[in-house]
Amino acid sequence: MDWGNLFVIAVGAILINNFVLMRFLGICPYIGVSKSLSSAIGMGMAVIFVMTIASLFSWIVYVYLLDPATNFWGVDLTFLRTISFILVIAGLVQFVEMVIQKLAPSLYQALGIYLPLITTNCAVLGVAVLNIDENYSLVESLVNGIAAGIGFTLALVLMAGIRERLDLADVPKALQGVPIAFIMAGLMAIAFLGFSGLSVG
Amino acid sequence: MDPSLIGAIASIGGLGLLLGGGLAYASRVFYVKVDPRIEEVDEALPGANCGACGQAGCRQMAVQVVGGELTGADCPVASSDVVARVAEIMGGVAGAAVDMVAIVRCQGSPDKCPDRFEYSGFQTCTGGDKIGHGHKACDWGCLGFGECVAACPFDAMVMGADRLPKVMDENCTGCGKCVEACPRDIMHLIPRNAPVYLACMNINKTKKVQEVCDIGCIGCGRCANKKATPSGMVSMNKETNLPVFDYSYDDEPVVAVDVCPTDSLVDKKAGRRPIWHIDPTMCNGTGECAKICPVKKCITETDGGKYVIDPEKCISCGWCEPVCPTKAISPIQVNAIRKVG
Repeated sequence: MDWGNLFVIAVGAILINNFVLMRFLGICPYIGVSKSLSSAIGMGMAVIFVMTIASLFSWIVYVYLLDPATNFWGVDLTFLRTISFILVIAGLVQFVEMVIQKLAPSLYQALGIYLPLITTNCAVLGVAVLNIDENYSLVESLVNGIAAGIGFTLALVLMAGIRERLDLADVPKALQGVPIAFIMAGLMAIAFLGFSGLSVG
Repeated sequence: MDPSLIGAIASIGGLGLLLGGGLAYASRVFYVKVDPRIEEVDEALPGANCGACGQAGCRQMAVQVVGGELTGADCPVASSDVVARVAEIMGGVAGAAVDMVAIVRCQGSPDKCPDRFEYSGFQTCTGGDKIGHGHKACDWGCLGFGECVAACPFDAMVMGADRLPKVMDENCTGCGKCVEACPRDIMHLIPRNAPVYLACMNINKTKKVQEVCDIGCIGCGRCANKKATPSGMVSMNKETNLPVFDYSYDDEPVVAVDVCPTDSLVDKKAGRRPIWHIDPTMCNGTGECAKICPVKKCITETDGGKYVIDPEKCISCGWCEPVCPTKAISPIQVNAIRKVG
């Protein structure tokens, strides 16, 4: 196993191509759930969780059902990629929600509303699609999924920390609330642009 | 037929069947019993998952409502219909057992409690409160910028022309947002059926109060006197020099309102109380009523040895009714009197 390659993928997904700040995926929860640190952490954990299982199962579905080189019937079904990924992710998240509600009520409490909210989040679909576009293996897809989730959580938690402090700051009336949050998001994206000069591997 | 078409139908159809069947099966295997009221409350709530209640979403709020931690009124988005629907699901009591309503504990309009300086800073109560104990002559008085009115989510408050906020009881849900908003603790919640409350917060006595406000409580204690409130509903707090009302008493301290020399007590049922009338055919002239009546020259003896109540002087206290040996005294509605007069 090529650990160096996996490290490159992980750093790439967390910092260099951060899902929120560089690819601009999953902006809705980024603005919507970043009002308080505790809910941001809850949301982040749920996203890491869902992205990991979404990477795993979408990779399996793509390779064994859609890709003409490897699937069972040898025909090109790659045009079904988006619809089958959404189907798989939504179904799986619903299933996982039921399982943890039964087996781990405390985890269910912690993830709360965020699990169903992110079933069809574009960042989750994005990580599944990117895995295929980059021709990742199963292990690489998993690492990319986890790392993308961590990157999302990082951006969300940083934003929540800033917004909690912004509540106490003297912000002009017209900019209070979401407008100043968007400005902050822009500034953070510019800051993360610095990581694009990072050369790994 | 095109093999890719068959493959597509088989793949997506198979996936759909697998997931659908799996979910249906899982929902049975992993079924968790939940209080059915949680589902009902969740449906009644706006469902925006905005988080304004402090919970993560509407479902979490529903769980808290059923657990008795929150009430429908804690949802700032909910209309009064939604609050009523939630209360109905919860069996009439949405968390709090007592139906509360907000009151304004100040009557110091500018003509009664003047300003001691002209304030031109931030036009908010919090701002005004920080500058030299506020611009009102009274350190406890309402500053009148209406932060409570702005905080009210139910349109139950208006700012009067006298720079004092008014609570409209029929719209007030007792949510307490105005209490949180007021920097001087002037807004307060009392039971909705409470008859009388004190509308003053000034802890000083006599002269110091009179210097700053014509309608402030001077701490004389006449309302707490056994002669005014025999039930003991009103007592004086020695530290604040203000009377305290114990609303667990089933008493209507009308006489306390009447004896207050500064009118700082507010009768919430003023104008809606019946006044009393003695039936001259049943009166036997013992005069028990005249002895107990707290108002001078209200009950007087006529030339025929009977007693009559002066409807102009009657304060609706009802003290005379139980002492009458012949049960000659009965209430007549105020509006009936108005028609006669």
